[in-house]
Amino acid sequence: MTVLLITICVLLIGIILVQIGRVTELAEKIQGEEEMQIATNKRQGIISVAFMIVFLVGCVVSAFVYKNWMLGYGPHQAASAHGGRMDTMFNITLFFTGVVFVITQIILFYFAYKYRGRKDRKATFISHNNTLEVVWTAIPAVVMAFLVINGLDAWNEIMADVGPNEEIIEVEAMGYQFAWLLRYPGADGQLGTRNYKLTSGSNPVGQDWTDLKNIDDFHPDELVLPVNKKVRVRIISRDVLHDFDLPHFRVKMDAVPGMPTYFVFTPIKTTADYREELSKYKEYQAPDPDDPTKQLWQTFEYELACAELCGNGHFSMRRIVRIVSEVEYQAWLSQQKSYYVSNIRGKDEDPFKGKLFDFEKAQGLTVAPGADTTAVSKQDTIQSTDLEADTLRKDSIEQ
Amino acid sequence: MADSVMINTTQEEVLVQELGYDDHFHEHHHGDKYQSNFITTYIFSQDHKVIAKQFLITGMFWAIIGAGMSIIFRLQLGFPEESLTWLKPLLGRWITVNDAGIGTLSQDFYYALVTMHGTILVFFVLTAGLSGTFSNLLIPLQLGARDMASPLLNMFAYWFFFLASVVMFASLFVSTGPFSGGWTAYPPLSALPQANAGSGTGMTLWLVSLTLFVISTLLGGINYITTVLNLRTKGMSMWRMPLTIWAFFVTAILGLLSFPVLVSAFLLLMLDRGLGTSFYLSEIYTAGQALDFAGGSPVLYQHLFWFLGHPEVYIIILPAMGIVSEVLAVHARKPIFGYKAMVFSILAIGFLSFIVWAHHMFLSGVNPFISNFFVIFTLIIAVPSAVKVFNWIATLYGGNVRFNAASLFAIGFVSMFISGGLTGIFLGNSTLDIQLTDTYFVVAHFHIVMGIAAFFGMFAGIYHWFPKMFGRFMNESLGRIHFWGTIIGAYAIFWPMHYIGIAGVPRRYYRFDVFDTFGHFAELNKFITIAAIIVFALQLLFVINFFYSIWRGKKQTMKNPWGASTLEWTTPIVPGHGNWPGKIPSVQRWPYDYGKGGREFIPQIEPESDEEKQMAH
Repeated sequence: MTVLLITICVLLIGIILVQIGRVTELAEKIQGEEEMQIATNKRQGIISVAFMIVFLVGCVVSAFVYKNWMLGYGPHQAASAHGGRMDTMFNITLFFTGVVFVITQIILFYFAYKYRGRKDRKATFISHNNTLEVVWTAIPAVVMAFLVINGLDAWNEIMADVGPNEEIIEVEAMGYQFAWLLRYPGADGQLGTRNYKLTSGSNPVGQDWTDLKNIDDFHPDELVLPVNKKVRVRIISRDVLHDFDLPHFRVKMDAVPGMPTYFVFTPIKTTADYREELSKYKEYQAPDPDDPTKQLWQTFEYELACAELCGNGHFSMRRIVRIVSEVEYQAWLSQQKSYYVSNIRGKDEDPFKGKLFDFEKAQGLTVAPGADTTAVSKQDTIQSTDLEADTLRKDSIEQ
Repeated sequence: MADSVMINTTQEEVLVQELGYDDHFHEHHHGDKYQSNFITTYIFSQDHKVIAKQFLITGMFWAIIGAGMSIIFRLQLGFPEESLTWLKPLLGRWITVNDAGIGTLSQDFYYALVTMHGTILVFFVLTAGLSGTFSNLLIPLQLGARDMASPLLNMFAYWFFFLASVVMFASLFVSTGPFSGGWTAYPPLSALPQANAGSGTGMTLWLVSLTLFVISTLLGGINYITTVLNLRTKGMSMWRMPLTIWAFFVTAILGLLSFPVLVSAFLLLMLDRGLGTSFYLSEIYTAGQALDFAGGSPVLYQHLFWFLGHPEVYIIILPAMGIVSEVLAVHARKPIFGYKAMVFSILAIGFLSFIVWAHHMFLSGVNPFISNFFVIFTLIIAVPSAVKVFNWIATLYGGNVRFNAASLFAIGFVSMFISGGLTGIFLGNSTLDIQLTDTYFVVAHFHIVMGIAAFFGMFAGIYHWFPKMFGRFMNESLGRIHFWGTIIGAYAIFWPMHYIGIAGVPRRYYRFDVFDTFGHFAELNKFITIAAIIVFALQLLFVINFFYSIWRGKKQTMKNPWGASTLEWTTPIVPGHGNWPGKIPSVQRWPYDYGKGGREFIPQIEPESDEEKQMAH
């Protein structure tokens, strides 16, 4: 029924418009073409100026309405060390482009109105003006030079990789259809090697279990990071292109299969601090539709998204990001279970099956998980140091 | 005014006969064998004017389909909870209806719609439909040529485009769906059917179709270039060409240099898809299987693609710029301001368009150091673009502007080009691109600057040269309603997307509520969808006006209804094969003598007066 009504309305509007068209043609015949054109010029000139005013007012008003979503205004301050500089640069660019935008739109429509065709006047023959043209070539060139220098200075600083002896946390984010898999290096601070050919249902990242650096790596559900500490995210993909997108931190980088990329950033606001700031804003004081007992600011979480089209589930690759204090971070770290220990140890794919790690011995284990209990001997105990040389050799081969 | 135009017209005929160039064209074409029957006149025509109309009407067909697709996916984005069951008769199994009768759009088909919308609009409408139409129509007419350098190749250019259209249209009906990996078709997604349903048969057809399309573009382009270089009439030096021709000429050069690179990118992709090579693929584990590809790089494809892709946006916008320059000058009754600066800025933009491609790839994993160069070149483009904008505005200054649908769309073009061009300054700056790339800010930017703006240029051209094409006028009132509705509606659609993008909402999302961060704009998305539906309806009004006017529009009674100085208006009202019945007019002056010496306009065929000659010395 509604469809029918809408169709009828559209048809009627169509008929009305066509009639309007016919009427003007008739009027043209009666009034004379030239008179009609002069009248049209005046009417259209006035509409042009009216449009320009409404449009510009609309732009400014809507910018104020959505001010709190703009970079560097309202609650949406960058949560990373480099983000503030970006936000400032955004606003500098917004200022310059805004001025040009307003001025050019005004004179464009105003000139159209002012120089509308009238009966008693003729157009002036002006073909060019070299001075004017040099001026309006030079001004954009100077402004652009300013923006480029500023922009590139920031770019090279933001995109720089970590130095050789910098103290950082390195984590790995692997995109796959359709989620992010996060991998932390564990106590040794180093991510173990991987080979995509080893990927399987039980080994989602393709970790090489003979590499001892993999033994303590863990795969948390959330990206948890300590505040004010430099993080280097190693970004990889298992299947197609993805893009590691942390909007609150002004971080974005493609995940490319076969070519690890990285992004280095420093979170400067804990989730709790950010919530605190959001609580001051009206739009976050409403109850959360998912949990009406809490307000929106209380349930706020930083989020990790995918920003490169990766297939039909592209829109759903969400992970929660939590920025915590150093103390909370250490507490969280201590609760994480190694993926190897919880899922691989003692199974068929475990290359150390039947052998005992020294950390297991320290925990009081005497029999290696999955070992044939009849054939345990002291020599089967592995010490990380024994295999270190072996691992290093393998690393150099892979490089 | 009407009287003076009549006098000019007859004077013009005299001038053509006196000063024109006799190429004995009609003596060689007894019986006009090229246009002897219906098929050779209207279907396999070699006449540039008919081919132009063929490009235009095919382009309009695709524009309706492409825009209609955007309405369907906008419904999904604006009203994700509404039932789409009513679309089931059209979309069949792409709409799944649950037990409660609520129909939802399949995710695969959503992405197919987004992909096809981009492909169709960029290539079939704004490349073939815009450049194909107006280059064909205007290059011979404005240069004083009988036809294109090779009418036969010109005919092939259209029919390769037609073939490409047929293949692309067929791909819409494939059981696994049309290609759905984005119009840029980045591998590995576009290479692996197991990762993306649309990357199977749909993608094969997509590649075949676009390869045919490139052949069409090359055949057309080489013809345009040859015609411009060789078939200019006596006196038509390069510096006397209208800006339309300059724009079409540079556009054709850009196409000729960049489209083959796209084909090479496609060829390697086809090899990866079909023969198991690893140009773009490496270390992939998908659908439970580790694939054997090793050593390839998806980034290589991006380089090759954008080496075409960036010139492509200028292939789209330059013809619109040329049309707007011409239309503004004619209707402002003033010379285009800074003709030489306009030509040099077209050339500068054309040259720079080849060395900025990686600004689409700042965050694709290329070495960040490389980006430095691309940022610099990208932002340099702002300078010639700004010059063009200032010159258009200065063209209005002191004019006697005749408002009609054509000039309104030309003014609207300038407004859109300013709005969309300025946001390019944000995106071209790699630092800001970190936050803005792949968000709705980009969607807003390119839709305004090369989507809407190019459409406005195209509309300006259609309203302006409709009399040349069909000997009748389009309805003015409907044209003006079309303009005001479209400019308001287009800003209503795309302006809010800037805010959504600045907030970080990524593009190409099927729905936004999975993330708290992106779910705040439900109301705005509704608003955008409603605006899009209204704008779409207005375009249907244009289509009705167009076809109605072909047969029932106001008849053209004067040869030169706009009082324009260029050559196309010296032909008969409905020019036959060969364009001029007798001699070809010869050209005596530049094309923008409007309002000179107190005269409304001086046609290009009129010799300089003694006074003018003295002024020049």
